[in-house]
Amino acid sequence: MTAPAQETAFDPGMAATRATDAILRDTLHGPHRGVVVDSPPGAGKSTLVVRAALELAAAGRPLMVVAQTNAQVDDLVVRLAEKDPELPVGRLHSSDADPYDKALDDLPNVRKSAKTADLAGLDVVLSTAAKWAHVKTDEPWRHAIVDEAYQMRSDALLAVAGLFERALFVGDPGQLDPFSIVGSEQWAGLSYDPSASAVTTLLAHNPGLPQHRLPVSWRLPASAAPLVSDAFYPYTPFRSGTAAGDRRLTFAVASDGSAPDRVIDEAAESGWGLLELPARYTPRTDPEAVRALAAVVRRLLERGGAAVSERSPDPAPLTAGRIAVGTAHRDQAAAVRAALADLGVTDVTVDTANRLQGREFDVTVVLHPLSGRPDATAFHLETGRLCVLASRHRHACIVVCRAGVSELLDDHPSTEPVQLGVTVKFPDGWEANHAVLARLREHRVGWKP
Amino acid sequence: MDKAALADALGAPSAFGQSQFAFMRGNAFEARVKADGGAELLRLAHRKLDPGAEPPQEAHVPDLTAQGPDGRTARTALALREATGAGGWTLLDHPMLALEVAGSPAFLEPDAVVVHPDGGWTVVEIKSFPMLDGSADPAKVGAAARQAAVYVLALESVAARLDPAPRVRHRVLLVCPKDFSNLPTASAVDVRKQRAVTARQLTRLTRLQDIADTLPEGVCFSPELPPEELTAAVEAVPATYAPECLAACELAFHCRTRSRARGAVTTLGRSVRAELGGLSTVDDVLAAARGEAGDPDDPAVAALRRAAALRAEALASAGRGSACH
Amino acid sequence: MSLIATLARLEAVRAGRAQPAATVRHRHLSERPLVLVPLTTAGEAGAPLGALVGPDRHAPRLLAVPQPRDRDLRFAFLAELADVVLPYIDSCALAVEAAERTETDPESGKRVKVEVELCADAPQLIVPSRAGIDFVRLLGRSMRFRRTAEQDPQTPHPAPPRVPLLGRWLTHFGERARVPGSSLLLALTDVLARHWTTGQSSLEDQHLGALLAWISPPEGASGAEAALRAELARDADGQLECPPAGPATDPAFDNKLLAPAIERYDRARTALAAAEDGLQADDRLGALTAAERGIRALVEECALPTWEKVWDGLDLLRALPEGAHVEERWTRDRWSFTGHRDRVLAGEPPQPRRDDAVTAANKLAAREREQARLEAQEALDDPLVMAGRRLAGEAFAGEVTDVVMAYSEGRRPSPRPLVTVRTDDQPHLGERARVYRSLDGRPQSAEFVAYEEDGAEGTLITLRILDKMGRGKEPAAGSVPDKGDRLCFTLFEHEQRGGAKLPDPEQTPWTHGGPPDEESAPEAPDPVTEEDVL
Repeated sequence: MTAPAQETAFDPGMAATRATDAILRDTLHGPHRGVVVDSPPGAGKSTLVVRAALELAAAGRPLMVVAQTNAQVDDLVVRLAEKDPELPVGRLHSSDADPYDKALDDLPNVRKSAKTADLAGLDVVLSTAAKWAHVKTDEPWRHAIVDEAYQMRSDALLAVAGLFERALFVGDPGQLDPFSIVGSEQWAGLSYDPSASAVTTLLAHNPGLPQHRLPVSWRLPASAAPLVSDAFYPYTPFRSGTAAGDRRLTFAVASDGSAPDRVIDEAAESGWGLLELPARYTPRTDPEAVRALAAVVRRLLERGGAAVSERSPDPAPLTAGRIAVGTAHRDQAAAVRAALADLGVTDVTVDTANRLQGREFDVTVVLHPLSGRPDATAFHLETGRLCVLASRHRHACIVVCRAGVSELLDDHPSTEPVQLGVTVKFPDGWEANHAVLARLREHRVGWKP
Repeated sequence: MDKAALADALGAPSAFGQSQFAFMRGNAFEARVKADGGAELLRLAHRKLDPGAEPPQEAHVPDLTAQGPDGRTARTALALREATGAGGWTLLDHPMLALEVAGSPAFLEPDAVVVHPDGGWTVVEIKSFPMLDGSADPAKVGAAARQAAVYVLALESVAARLDPAPRVRHRVLLVCPKDFSNLPTASAVDVRKQRAVTARQLTRLTRLQDIADTLPEGVCFSPELPPEELTAAVEAVPATYAPECLAACELAFHCRTRSRARGAVTTLGRSVRAELGGLSTVDDVLAAARGEAGDPDDPAVAALRRAAALRAEALASAGRGSACH
Repeated sequence: MSLIATLARLEAVRAGRAQPAATVRHRHLSERPLVLVPLTTAGEAGAPLGALVGPDRHAPRLLAVPQPRDRDLRFAFLAELADVVLPYIDSCALAVEAAERTETDPESGKRVKVEVELCADAPQLIVPSRAGIDFVRLLGRSMRFRRTAEQDPQTPHPAPPRVPLLGRWLTHFGERARVPGSSLLLALTDVLARHWTTGQSSLEDQHLGALLAWISPPEGASGAEAALRAELARDADGQLECPPAGPATDPAFDNKLLAPAIERYDRARTALAAAEDGLQADDRLGALTAAERGIRALVEECALPTWEKVWDGLDLLRALPEGAHVEERWTRDRWSFTGHRDRVLAGEPPQPRRDDAVTAANKLAAREREQARLEAQEALDDPLVMAGRRLAGEAFAGEVTDVVMAYSEGRRPSPRPLVTVRTDDQPHLGERARVYRSLDGRPQSAEFVAYEEDGAEGTLITLRILDKMGRGKEPAAGSVPDKGDRLCFTLFEHEQRGGAKLPDPEQTPWTHGGPPDEESAPEAPDPVTEEDVL
């Protein structure tokens, strides 16, 4: 029994359970053909997908799962097999070379095939949207789960929606939007604009569908959730699942007083660090910024970090596998990898925002997308990119940036065109960038390398 | 300040001006939208923004005339307060609002403001570009939305002084001619984004006084000044030319000439600088590309040299078969 | 903007004239294109002021609307335009050749080859600028729903049948212009800017006069000077010496010349209407005709410089050799043209105001495919384009330093030779990445095996050739590179795969609103109201 006094206090576990229960109730027993779930970073989306899949399978409803990339499909297959090794699972794959992760070959109850017929009768069949689009069937699946639905384009949903009767759509509205390599303005404002996200189209045609939200981020620490929620989810806020003291990052080796060490200490203490280099216009692969990123990563490893969290009350060593470097461009990632290799650092994940989507680390070191740029293009202002980079960490995020980005933003005021009838996606990239910078500045360490 | 006259006097006249056809058509359209005490306008507001409210029967259109901008602003605030409690539809035709910009009051005159029966306020923008099959030129709609966002902020400052503060709606009403006709049609435009951006800009805007402080004493922009003095005066104001200015500012051709004379690469477009790093003039970039200057360890310089070599190789090989040979 | 393009712009600034952006012509140019220079009335949607149009440089047809806000005069203009454009289109629709197309047999559901007609040529419409393309779409939209007296005897302003027909054709041209690489409807500024890089911004390149000034500046002047003159120079009357390429006119032209002329016309018309006898009427008709001639002269004066420039620009483009794949893309345009011709002949209704969900998705998919095709083909046809892809790490060129014969494992080993290429390029090659080279016009694929730094000599890249070597145990002659060959491999594919088939519109799923309304009523014409004319 809950005492009245406790009802007002926020219990993240309870809030998350309530949300999950409502989602599963609507999915399994609700009258609607579709259920939409918005999941902020680290809110347990994959856990939800796996649990929903198992419950649907247990209820005897043949299930197809649609994900957007092969890596996402393989990841879900592995998670399903972990939860229920007995479950008969089908992995539908393309006929290209190396179509799926070899790890699936070790799973006895996972059948792999490029043909749907080979997978008939299995409880759950998973594949990418691109592969499902080629599938023809006379007997639609009773149920589908569409994962990363906000990253799926409306036309991709059009190609597969005939395959299922009902579906659970899950995704993160704050991450990178789908895009098209050609103009699609002529359809802007149409409910079924093929270049819009699948969820936008779905809700435009089915406004009455239940929409749920996972209210708690288990990944982001108490220090990060408010910033990410305010800047990127201003109208659908979420909270951290952990409290201020639940996570601690400590280092065995004391600071040597250098800027990298000071920013590491600031980030360990407050969850955020801004290592600010002197203002300067630079090429994308700014050598000083690249060296700064590498130096921070090396010091993170050298100083013998240890992470304490609700998951491991005993300090867990901060190893290379628990650190990631995020950039906007591939050539930047390549330059950082090279710089790390020169320092003898390997096994640290270095990748672009696109490829870091859905991943989780203890500490991330991020090259700010606007650092050193003489211009602020729509690409660099896209909120999804910054949101992905700023929401991959469980403990701390260190941003490396040239000074002067605020002034750059002021010189490039937002003059986005507006299409009539298009639901506004929030927030504005210009405004979100300003908001994040204003908060990061509180954790600034200047460095003249 | 009359920037067009200034540009003429500087010897770099602009291609600006408005066709009298467009002007007449715009005026005639606005008059048509507001005819009959704004009956059509309120009907559109009801249908597009507030279909749940009682339909407008008889529009209340208060007289807003007063002496000077301060007087009109006060008159508008009074009319808004009266209309808010009245429980019906009210149309404010060309109200006047004040907004603090960089420490100084700026007076704004929206086309119209509608007060709903529930006491909420809506900004109305009347534009003469068409809505064709429900869509309109996105650049023009974007500009209208940014303009409306400023009005929304100004209205919010009026609302904040009332108790209880009325709701200023963040969906504004954009009224345009329908298809090829002169009949009004309307669309609700969500300006929350533009409002947030404008609010941030207002807090970050260099105070006008600060701009003035950086100018030499006695600087004056009168077009009657001799051209040399005038040029010197305009040069004293910091401005960054980019080609986008050509469509927006009467002084752009003047700034372009200066920008070209400096050899600024951004004269060719802002994006030109994207991969040039610290190099900012035509001479510097070409010298770096040709290997005459620049640090080869600078990635921008290295990339330029590779680009120059690849371009030269391609041009030399042109006409000698396919791309691969 | 790629660094190679940036460099070209800066070199153009330095040289004072445009620099090549391509070494071959990447768009088809018809031997007999139809040039259209339209002018429109400021502030009004779809109110044409006039046009110069025709396939003969020396005989443009001048069309003018003496009072653009008069609906009847506007309609007369459109009918006249149809008189020029439709015969031109028909001249291409008649000559056909036999072709094959793969279709799905409705009975068996199998893919079968069917014999069909393909028009031997297609019409090509050239407008001066991108705004001209938008105007063609706008004209198409304003005409295609017009009703003829036959369709609707009650309609107050019946259109001659050729007007809605022209509307459908212009709509088709406007839609086709959105397909990357298509050439049915081209904006000259876009095509010129594709082939030359000027010393001004791409925004300024949309001014046809300024763009041409950079590409071929007059004797003794730099491109920058000539472009400035094209942008700003005015005569004693305050009129631009190089009028804008339309369809919008210069405000000074509107206010100083056009408005008084239209006023004269209006007065003469009112006077004629008030004439009390035949003699007076004759007199006043003369005045009206003179006023009308005055407006026609103004329209001609305003459009003729652009007309000449368009043909000059076409001459410049014709001097470039045509890219190898241009013909193939033009054949796709011919298919598109033939398809629309057949839809018109079959009596299908005009294109709807808005695409349905399935049509929109199909169009988007087709355009994305064409964009990828265009990018690949332009690079294969043009070393300068390929240079950009090499700089971006999407292709590499170099000399073969070693070839080692190897075979696949299995019961019937096939040749899988290892080829090593030395290159100075820096391609982004992932593990087992696929690369392609053109072998007699067809893509041969290879698999990335290993990198090796070769000191100052560049990088050695080892590849395994995978296909196009014949069926035998020994590779077919010429199918494996030799030591010393210079090759270029791309990381992008040369040919595009077709996408997944979308459902038929009648099968539109619930997520996209379900099937469109049963046999939806034909699109209603735009209502004509008295308010249209102020």
